[in-house]
Amino acid sequence: MKSYLSVRNLNVRLKSGPVILRSVSLDVAAGQVHGLVGESGAGKSMIGKAVLGTLPRALEISSGEIWLDGTNLLTLSPAERRRRIGVTAALIPQDPLTALNPSKRIGPQITRRLVDILGWTKADAEARARELLDEVHIPNPDRVMRSYPHELSGGMRQRILIASAFAAEPKLIIADEPTTALDVTVQKQILRLINEMQTRHGTALLFVTHDLGVVSKVCDTLSVLYAGKVIEDARMHRFFMRPIHPYSRALLAATPTYTDPTGSLTPVPDAVIATVEEEVRLHDMRAGT
Amino acid sequence: MMYEICDLRLSFPDMAHKPLLGAAPRIEVLKGLSFDVPKGAILGIVGGSGSGKSTLGRAMLRLIEPDSGSIKFDGTDITHLPEEKLRQLRQRFQMIFQDPMSSLNPRRRVGGIIAGPLRLHGLDNLSSRVDEALDMVGLPRTFALRYPNELSGGQRQRVGIARAIALRPDFILADEIVSGLDVSSQAQVLNLLGELVRELGLTLAFISHDLSVIRRLCNRVLVLHHGVIVEEAETSALFDAPQADYTRDLLAAIPLPDPYQSWK
Repeated sequence: MKSYLSVRNLNVRLKSGPVILRSVSLDVAAGQVHGLVGESGAGKSMIGKAVLGTLPRALEISSGEIWLDGTNLLTLSPAERRRRIGVTAALIPQDPLTALNPSKRIGPQITRRLVDILGWTKADAEARARELLDEVHIPNPDRVMRSYPHELSGGMRQRILIASAFAAEPKLIIADEPTTALDVTVQKQILRLINEMQTRHGTALLFVTHDLGVVSKVCDTLSVLYAGKVIEDARMHRFFMRPIHPYSRALLAATPTYTDPTGSLTPVPDAVIATVEEEVRLHDMRAGT
Repeated sequence: MMYEICDLRLSFPDMAHKPLLGAAPRIEVLKGLSFDVPKGAILGIVGGSGSGKSTLGRAMLRLIEPDSGSIKFDGTDITHLPEEKLRQLRQRFQMIFQDPMSSLNPRRRVGGIIAGPLRLHGLDNLSSRVDEALDMVGLPRTFALRYPNELSGGQRQRVGIARAIALRPDFILADEIVSGLDVSSQAQVLNLLGELVRELGLTLAFISHDLSVIRRLCNRVLVLHHGVIVEEAETSALFDAPQADYTRDLLAAIPLPDPYQSWK
């Protein structure tokens, strides 16, 4: 299967020295969903940002390759890279309220991308936006296009961002904790919508989340991260049935499930942390950093 | 009974629809809630965003005054009790906040943060009480000299717990205290809270949107939806045979870390 996104041995560090990502490799094929899981600070969002070229200024890619639809982004000039990313990739962000401009109506916020980056005419872009809002099950698209973000609910805003991400038919979408800010009932609708859209459009999806429950519902494959290093790479079913790495097992044991009446929760044991820390240390020694 | 709450109603002015002149219309947030919290109970309060669960919690601690109905704390009616009288009672009901970063003063050391309420209530032997509180939440005593930004999320939340229990209250309200934490620290904080409640014989109200966490900790659950109690039950009864449609929807929507869960 051809990978739309292929990250090879990606190393990211703070310009001042500390390492953020340690030789990360992963592949996402067309129509597939790859989950990135890990605790906060593990670097899962940074992978998405590195791909989209939106890393914070203090960070730099020290080595590695990012292949997006057959081109290694890191060999392109910055301007060319931005153009390629703009045409082939899109982001569904975490917080729909900060991602939308509060002082602009919804319509232009969806169409801007199409007009500015892809050179569509305004009329075509508006027709497309209406079609997309319909596709994400927004009733009365015309009214919503004229609304301001604050007039809409959180679930509605997230639907708009999903529509907007799919607008230019990107080959890759990166979803960074897209449902963390939502209620569980809304989360369920949104996750199903993302899955539905992604399957219909055959998009490759990189799904960043801290919630293993969500992973088991939307992902085909996943990587578990710790301190910027991939600890385990797995197909989804195999991971939940037979997690291999002790850290993966510990994460699963620490996740509360309402179906377990004893409700025993085991925090990640210190011994497991010591094991992964040792792996990270060995990696750094080999990498000579 | 720790709390007896009867027909509690509370509304806020709706400033978005305030006419230029005259009063703003009111939005009713709590629409006549009645329930009891027995001593020693761990009561879970669940609901979606905007269901009124935090408002209910704040009303129980009389951080806001309800419109009507009554709140009895350990037999005393505190519904409209004036602040001077409330202050004496406040030592007996404490709160742990959701976001430890914004509820711990970044410019004070942990010791000072925990001692704050103790000083306010005129207690003595501050440093030994602070040490004791740190011991109880499993933090080394040397942490008294640290600043909140030197601690991890889980450690900060322990400081929040230490500040609440240092006063030896009878009742603690915990409002979404683990929702900002990673699963690993979440497990630690939940285990700790469960142990402390049993050890100190506290009564706890635990507000959360996460039913999995509620099942782990609570022995009774209250489900709120749009300011109304849609269901109140023993924890096992609620999870084994949920009665209200909303509770069933809520349970069905939770993604379990299990690829074979039917989630349609």
